Amino acid sequence: MTGDVFHFRPYNVGRWAVWGGYGLLLLVAPLVFSSSLSQTLLSQMGIAIIGCLAYNMLLGQGGMLSFGHAVYSGLGAFLTIHALNRVGAGTLHLPVGLLPLVGGATGLVFAALFGFVTTRKSGTTFAMITLGIGELVASMSLMLPEFFGGEAGVSSNRVVPPAVMGISFGPQIQVYYLIASYCFVCTGLMFAFTRTPLGRMLNAVRDNPERVAFIGYDTQRVRWFAFMISGLFMGIAGGLGAINFELATAEVVGAQRSGAYLLFTYLGGATAFFGPIIGGVLMVLATVVLSELTKAWLLYLGLAFMVMVMFAPAGVAGLVLANLRLAAFGKLRPMLRWYGGLVVAGGIAFFGASMMIEMLYHLQLNEALGPVMKFCGFPVNVRNPVAWMAALTQVLSGGLAFELVRRRVVVQWEAAQADIERELKRREAA
Amino acid sequence: MDQTVINILNGLSSGLLLFMLSSGLTLIFSMMGVLNFAHAGFYMLGAYVGYASSRIVGFWPALAVAPVVVGALGAVFERLCLRRVHRYGHVPELLVTFGLSYLILELVQVVWGRAPVAFDPPAVLAQPAFTLVQSAATGLSVVLGHADAATCAHAACTTFPATRAFMMLVALLMLLALWLLLRHTRVGLVIQAALTHPEMAEALGHNVPRVFMLVFGAGCALAGLAGVIGGTTFVTEPSMAAAIGPILFVVVVVGGTGSLVGAFVGALLIGLLQTVPLTVDKSLVDAASALGWHVSTDSAAYPLMKLTLAQVAPILPYLLLVLILILRPRGLFGTRE
Repeated sequence: MTGDVFHFRPYNVGRWAVWGGYGLLLLVAPLVFSSSLSQTLLSQMGIAIIGCLAYNMLLGQGGMLSFGHAVYSGLGAFLTIHALNRVGAGTLHLPVGLLPLVGGATGLVFAALFGFVTTRKSGTTFAMITLGIGELVASMSLMLPEFFGGEAGVSSNRVVPPAVMGISFGPQIQVYYLIASYCFVCTGLMFAFTRTPLGRMLNAVRDNPERVAFIGYDTQRVRWFAFMISGLFMGIAGGLGAINFELATAEVVGAQRSGAYLLFTYLGGATAFFGPIIGGVLMVLATVVLSELTKAWLLYLGLAFMVMVMFAPAGVAGLVLANLRLAAFGKLRPMLRWYGGLVVAGGIAFFGASMMIEMLYHLQLNEALGPVMKFCGFPVNVRNPVAWMAALTQVLSGGLAFELVRRRVVVQWEAAQADIERELKRREAA
Repeated sequence: MDQTVINILNGLSSGLLLFMLSSGLTLIFSMMGVLNFAHAGFYMLGAYVGYASSRIVGFWPALAVAPVVVGALGAVFERLCLRRVHRYGHVPELLVTFGLSYLILELVQVVWGRAPVAFDPPAVLAQPAFTLVQSAATGLSVVLGHADAATCAHAACTTFPATRAFMMLVALLMLLALWLLLRHTRVGLVIQAALTHPEMAEALGHNVPRVFMLVFGAGCALAGLAGVIGGTTFVTEPSMAAAIGPILFVVVVVGGTGSLVGAFVGALLIGLLQTVPLTVDKSLVDAASALGWHVSTDSAAYPLMKLTLAQVAPILPYLLLVLILILRPRGLFGTRE
């Protein structure tokens, strides 16, 4: 019967361009950034992107705030590493490239098991229960050294001869491309999920569970299914992590990791599908690069998170989308000048504040190294009151300028939004 | 017998400490719908502020100073941050307190360092509250404070620390004060009204946002008070918040979210569950062999079954949580939703 009706379906050029660009980016990234550090970072980013996207399936699309999602990636990592050891010993015949699927299956099974309990509730109670389940598994991991390897964790070797078509997974670049292909496919699948009836019902359950129940859907079951699918992709991320690091420690199921998924998914932006991709990149940059640069990175992270929740609840992706909207209506150009002012004033205040923070941390942690520390290449004496006064002056002057500019920006912003609304109404009427 | 009594008392005192924390959490939750993720952080802050102020003004004044400071900080946080995200809904509110928990942890580490600090109880509390003397000749008897060495020479003496007795006393006094405040004062009436009918309370001229701020501050102050007592009884260190935080949520879910009675019963239950099994050095393997079923060391379930009850004690609260959710999803004293 469907053949009788002609459906006009033009190629969605924009979609092809976006997905093609995404694939190309994954493909050429290690060629542009070819140092071994950047290859390591890129591999971790690929894993973090899958993890954050899977997490956002709950947070953004289902409105479920999980505090224990590292459980599924972590257990996936452990099962994968055990499977890898079996493959290495010759008792299991599976190509190494398919092992992340073992992790995915593990994530799915445990998400089905634990999710059955946790998804009985929604909202804040759901958050509390996931935290409890997370703690349960984290404590279990230290109790069962036979499976979790105790403090040292379980290690393995991903190079299992013979190499298939020259791919041994020895060099990092080969692992990167394994991760990149999983990342691309998983992103595609997770995007496709948002277009399925289940994905749509999940949005409905997030927005108005009462009404969904009234129509005759079981909201608990919708949440449970979404939880399982999220667990599947979390498990794949965990399995890739196990292959990448050749190690799984109790840390991968821990509360810290769960918190990181939440934090960075939100920072990236939970309301847009591509937000968690930004979040995954930020996650690796912060946990690997920022933590090398400064001891106070968790403080910066906590502050950035709180500021984001208070002032930009849609995350980085939300900021991008809002400005794209401005640009589409030709309102962005006059704003740019003010953004420049915000960046300069905020930069000055941030420079002063971070100088004070670094001096404080130096006093607390590196007292033995003497009172002089390096800050942005300059030697700074933390015992010298002049340094503190200078930093404080920067914070105050920068903060004052920032506030003045911010007020102007808010006025401009609201005027621009009002203009856009009017324009939209005019178009609708026309 | 004497050991069992002490164990149960230890469990009850831990439970009462948990109640001091979860009562604030529940109060804030039932009133504002905000799950304060940083509640354990305020507890830790209480311990550290108590430590710092006890070195200046002594322990007893610090017992009052720390709650006031922590409560004020909580109220400021509510006014500046929480109120701003209130319009976005409950999830951002939870997230902002989640960010705060990171911040508190880092600040505590910057100010007081990463190692535990020596926050000792005053001399009065440093000794045992009473000693249980178990002797073959006279049976079980109770001696206040220390039992003399002559008695203990030919009898088993078990002591109960005064800090724990003090903990129980303060928690019970707090429970009484809270009940009196909520039931028999004007402020309590306004709070109860704002809890169930915020719009109506506002229409009658009460400043509901300010009531919220005060309740949040009071909840944090209770956490601060618990922090001073917990800090002297246990160890004052940066990991103390992460250790107690998840347990608090278990208490709240098990008791039934939003119910003070539930928080009380749940806290006692979890306190006992955390403490009493610690002394039972038996495992499922022992249980099986008592039933005449021998588990060999190479069977697949052996690693799981050989764990003693003392070893699995840390996860028992979480198992209880799962069990409650399956059998009674609204918690012991929760109302139907």
